Amino acid sequence: MSEPILELRGINKSFGPVHVLHDIDLVVNPGEVTALVGDNGAGKSTLVKCIAGIHPTDSGEVLFNGEPVQIKGPRDASDLGIEVVYQDLALADNLDIVQNMFLGRERTKIGLLDETDMEQAARKTLASLSVRTVKSVRTQVSALSGGQRQTVAIAKAVLWNSKVVLLDEPTAALGVAQTRQVLDLVRRLAEQGLGVVLISHNMNDVFEVADKIACLYLGRMAAVVGSKDVTHGQVVELITAGRSGDLGIARPEAATI
Amino acid sequence: MSSEKASMTNTTETPAQDSPQGAISDFGIDTTSQSTGEAVRDYWARVRGGELGSLPALLGIIVLLIVFSSLSDTFFTLGNLANLLQQGASITIIAMGLVFVLLLGEIDLSAGTASGVTAAVMALHLINNGNLLGGMGDTVFYVFCGLLVLAIVLAVLMRIWAGAALSAVALLISAIGIPANAWLEMLLAVCVGAAIGCITGFLVAKVGIPSFVVTLALFLVWGGVVLQFIGDGGTLGLRDETLFNVANGNLNVVGSWALFVVAVGGYAAIVLSRHFSRLRKGLVAQPTALVLTKIGALTVLAAAITFALSQNRAPSNLVIIEGVPYVVPLVLVLLVVGTFVLDRTTYGRHVYAVGGNKEAARRAGINVERIRMSVFVIASSAAAIGAIVYSSKVGSVDPNAGGGNTLLLSVGAAVIGGTSLFGGKGRLRDAVIGGAVLAIIQNGMGLLRQPAAVVFIVTGLVLLLAASVDALSRRRAATAAR
Repeated sequence: MSEPILELRGINKSFGPVHVLHDIDLVVNPGEVTALVGDNGAGKSTLVKCIAGIHPTDSGEVLFNGEPVQIKGPRDASDLGIEVVYQDLALADNLDIVQNMFLGRERTKIGLLDETDMEQAARKTLASLSVRTVKSVRTQVSALSGGQRQTVAIAKAVLWNSKVVLLDEPTAALGVAQTRQVLDLVRRLAEQGLGVVLISHNMNDVFEVADKIACLYLGRMAAVVGSKDVTHGQVVELITAGRSGDLGIARPEAATI
Repeated sequence: MSSEKASMTNTTETPAQDSPQGAISDFGIDTTSQSTGEAVRDYWARVRGGELGSLPALLGIIVLLIVFSSLSDTFFTLGNLANLLQQGASITIIAMGLVFVLLLGEIDLSAGTASGVTAAVMALHLINNGNLLGGMGDTVFYVFCGLLVLAIVLAVLMRIWAGAALSAVALLISAIGIPANAWLEMLLAVCVGAAIGCITGFLVAKVGIPSFVVTLALFLVWGGVVLQFIGDGGTLGLRDETLFNVANGNLNVVGSWALFVVAVGGYAAIVLSRHFSRLRKGLVAQPTALVLTKIGALTVLAAAITFALSQNRAPSNLVIIEGVPYVVPLVLVLLVVGTFVLDRTTYGRHVYAVGGNKEAARRAGINVERIRMSVFVIASSAAAIGAIVYSSKVGSVDPNAGGGNTLLLSVGAAVIGGTSLFGGKGRLRDAVIGGAVLAIIQNGMGLLRQPAAVVFIVTGLVLLLAASVDALSRRRAATAAR
């Protein structure tokens, strides 16, 4: 396995008196999909937001490509090549796919929008992800289905030469066929050599695309296991009890806040 | 017609070929251009999906033209055609500014009375030969200058440099007291408009008061300010050749045709060069036939209007009135500049983005507050230009300037043209088309000697109709998407 692209060591985060993340260690390898699972309130979204620079961490180290880095804001994260696809899709309905993919980072030529360049780049990105569901890159987002929107949101994250893509429940609101599209896309991201972190509640999705499963239990990393080494039931136990056989936290009762 | 027919027959034949085509079209389709038939069908699908754009307004214009010309003999005369353009210009210009505000889903109810303030300042400066201190009285003048300084500070705070610069120019002109000059007065009006916009925009964007409340309050405030500037029952006459000509003058015949050549030629050159460059680079492009048809239709229409306006339209033989009114190039220039800003610059893209999804824009790193403030600066500046035009048309500024239904008609023009009240959807040409609808209604009803009551009611109902079309099409679009 190659060098980890992103490594977290001993991340702690509190909101006031509430200690949300306890000494989280996580390794994201390029070309791998790491699923982040856990019950509601286990700290999944907080962890993602810490990586994305939306919340500052209290203590702990973040290593990017082996180098320790400081992520102080969303800009720092995107400058490093860390992109987040949010659950509630940050797309503007009234703009087309190209316009959305370049939103806030429009390419210009002598002060004017360089539509040619943007359209070609957007098409190249979509083609490289083998996206076959959108008819035209000039389709308005309002005319797209939920799955297609998710696809655009993910493609937007890929466009920026990103190294790590964090996906917050990308399939939560989708139908069967659309979920299929998005999962295929997630797999392709990893095949292109990106580090992918996928947050999901759906065990089927997780087992289908993830190489590695990281289970959070009440703000602690209960276990990081290969998806081939565990069963469905074991992961569910890890999520609900923090422990399964010899996997997980030694004394989960002590973890209770 | 025939190409449409051909495409219709095509659709019925294609099902057999659909599957192999489907594989190519999955993604690769957008590199090739569409056929005219596909484009027409695409457009029709969008219309049925609720994206009406300015279609209802265009149909409305045709219907109104037919109705009024059959009911009134004088409606379709040359004199009235020119009159129509001059009457509609000020509303149209104010509406163009309001389109920016409406694109964000905000509203500026104060645009009307704000335009009145700019008109009053303009008239005071002219009448007192640049001595605003004398015209306003000490206290009022210092408060006025204080507000201009405040506008500069607010604009600098939000880094809206254009707004700050214009406000500074307004302060400079007011404070120095340069002798009256029509061009200077017009500049002053626009600068005061920008300053007003800075204050409105700051209250909405930074303080966070809903735009409806801010501008409703300011509607009253500016109305009071106009009254203060002019005095109860007074009227400030604008006795100046240049100012009078803005709305009442005409280009000479040669100038009119030059305008035709520049406008149509420029439009054709831009559209065609862009079209063929897109085709060459394999980007999404409309079918060439459709583009050529559009240009052709526009050329014919523009040539017909230019020709008609180049004829002598004076009611008596003593004078000659001919040529395209100055307001036409004025509106055209504003339309071109505004459309350019909205379509081709990063700023315009961000305006649409904020109007479509504020949160998405914020996450994309767009300074949402700055965009929200800036549109009010644009709206008030445009309102000032509108004020110049209507003051010029009337030849004076009275305490009711910009009050009454100026604002409602302007908002109405934008909405009737197809700008959405919910934000994110609309183009500047909507304001022009909507402005034309309202001008035709007002003019035609006047010619039919309808009482003011009927004119008000009809205008109000048309606005209501346009707003319903907007709301219904939006609902339809929302249900169609999922």
